[in-house]
Amino acid sequence: MSTTNTTTPQPQTTLGPGRRPGRRRPAPGVADAVLIGRSVRHSLRDVETMLMAVLLPVMLMLMFTYVFGGAISAGGTIAQDGGYVDYVVPGIILTCAGFGASSAAVDTATDMANGIIDRFRTMPMRSSAVLTGHTVASLARNLVATAVVILVALLVGFRPSAGPAQWLAAAGLVALYILAITTLFTAIGVVAGSPQAASGYGFVLLFLPYLSSAFVPVETMPGWLQPIAEYQPITAVNESLRALLMGTDPGWYGPAAVAWCIGIGAIGVIWGAAAFRRRAGRR
Amino acid sequence: MEATIQALGVRKAFGTRTVLDGIDLEVPAGSIAAVLGPNGAGKTTLLNILSTLVAPDAGTVTVNGHDLARDPSAIRESISVTGQAAAVDEVLTGEENVTMMGRLNGLNRAEARRRSRELLESFDLADAARQRVVTFSGGMRRRLDLALSLVATPPVIFLDEPTTGLDTRSRRALWQTIHGLRTDGATILLTTQYLEEADELADDVTLIDGGRVVASGSPGELKAQVGETVVELKTHDGELLAAVPTDGTLPGLRAAINQLEERAAPGAAVSLRSPTLDDVFLHLTDPAAGQATTQKAFS
Ligand SMILES: Nc1ncnc2c1ncn2[C@@H]1O[C@H](COP(=O)(O)OP(=O)(O)OP(=O)(O)O)[C@@H](O)[C@H]1O
Ligand SMILES: [Mg+2]
Repeated sequence: MSTTNTTTPQPQTTLGPGRRPGRRRPAPGVADAVLIGRSVRHSLRDVETMLMAVLLPVMLMLMFTYVFGGAISAGGTIAQDGGYVDYVVPGIILTCAGFGASSAAVDTATDMANGIIDRFRTMPMRSSAVLTGHTVASLARNLVATAVVILVALLVGFRPSAGPAQWLAAAGLVALYILAITTLFTAIGVVAGSPQAASGYGFVLLFLPYLSSAFVPVETMPGWLQPIAEYQPITAVNESLRALLMGTDPGWYGPAAVAWCIGIGAIGVIWGAAAFRRRAGRR
Repeated sequence: MEATIQALGVRKAFGTRTVLDGIDLEVPAGSIAAVLGPNGAGKTTLLNILSTLVAPDAGTVTVNGHDLARDPSAIRESISVTGQAAAVDEVLTGEENVTMMGRLNGLNRAEARRRSRELLESFDLADAARQRVVTFSGGMRRRLDLALSLVATPPVIFLDEPTTGLDTRSRRALWQTIHGLRTDGATILLTTQYLEEADELADDVTLIDGGRVVASGSPGELKAQVGETVVELKTHDGELLAAVPTDGTLPGLRAAINQLEERAAPGAAVSLRSPTLDDVFLHLTDPAAGQATTQKAFS
């Protein structure tokens, strides 16, 4: 039955009582695809956020190589051949990915504060496909930002020694990391009371890389901090990424990184979906 | 035949605050029902319950033959909802909004685009179709919101204050649209603040206040409840001083005029008119109603 010819507001057809056909459920996957397209459009139109996503890596890279780099290398604690740049690039990739992913929290919270989610909820579709949309768009956005980081890194003297297989593994690991924290940020966006609050919570998580081996080796930190820094997820991801890019063996950091990402991602998905169901329509 | 929308003993409390305290409602197939009530009466809450957004604390609801508690997703296949707040995507253009909604309703790309053109045209948005919704005026947003709700053609339509924020022309156009939907076979439940609107559109009106149904019936029946004739007292420059509904009999009129005696100002004039839903509304929702206050609170 065609759903297209029945209700133009000025009625052209007269079907008689009870003859309207009802809604069609979209085919499986269509809702996700449509809402991914929507979120990608949102990203492309949010020029300021895009600009920040590109500017932040550039600024961080320049700051850490030219401003802090000298002092940190002079301390003699970095055993990397190529100097501090080779040491710090993975950390900057992860920091920028975290920053980029945090805008998924703001996007989700903005949607939650708007009637559009309620509209989806009254339709015969899986309305949490909205979250899928934000997650996938964030992944795409941040992979682009990561490419920018690597490009700038190469310009300022980053000299990776990874082979093709290791590049592939590194890209996969970064994608997995982005996906994991994006689901977490999306869940935060669902529970946050407002877009501003979501942005605030996101900010807190952005400090985690500084408490890892991303910028300085764990051994240089105060004793009480070392176990925290050593065993927190970002250190595992960061050390694996550095090993892959520099063509060395990640050792136990490899499986630990993958396990952390899957765990964080699972928490994000379960928490986000549950919170989404609980936050019933309010207006 | 069983009514298309049926609510029986619906209750809802938010915390300790009881918002709906046992609402009964029946909307027969192919009719238009209006829910009226002052701000905070629980109209939106009732619509949210009927449209599966909020679970009631007690009571049974069936929509289009489907039980709310057992099969909410079957209800979702039978309804379309326009909420009180415009539910549009501000970042997208008008056209992208409607096309997206078409795709989410199972239309393919070409169908969705065609439907989008039709709807934007009939809601007078064709010129703004390629503008982002952020740049829309309030009324345009509302019209887009309504267009989004009419992308699909389900048998039951819920409209929460559909004409709030529309100018007179758009309001009349929407009234036509709503009449057209009924001709099409839709069953429509709407809420409104405008009694004139309920009078114009609804076959049945349900008046709620304090979480309960205080009156229901056709507009004519409700008007008859407050009497046959309303006696009005106006100052010489037309300001309404008081309005008293009467049964239209001579003793009734005499009593009304006596009642008005004390409020008479020099030069004030008495006139008679038929009751409006305003009179019903104020009579039933305002404790001091029988007295003077048929002012312009709701026009
Ligand atoms: N999610 C909620 N939590 C707490 N209280 C709520 C919630 N939703 C509604 N209320 C309260 O329930 C009451 C009824 O609200 P509702 O929105 O249903 O009224 P309404 O009749 O639609 O009013 P209006 O004419 O202003 O739209 C109000 O007092 C409101 O504060
Ligand atoms: Mg309301």
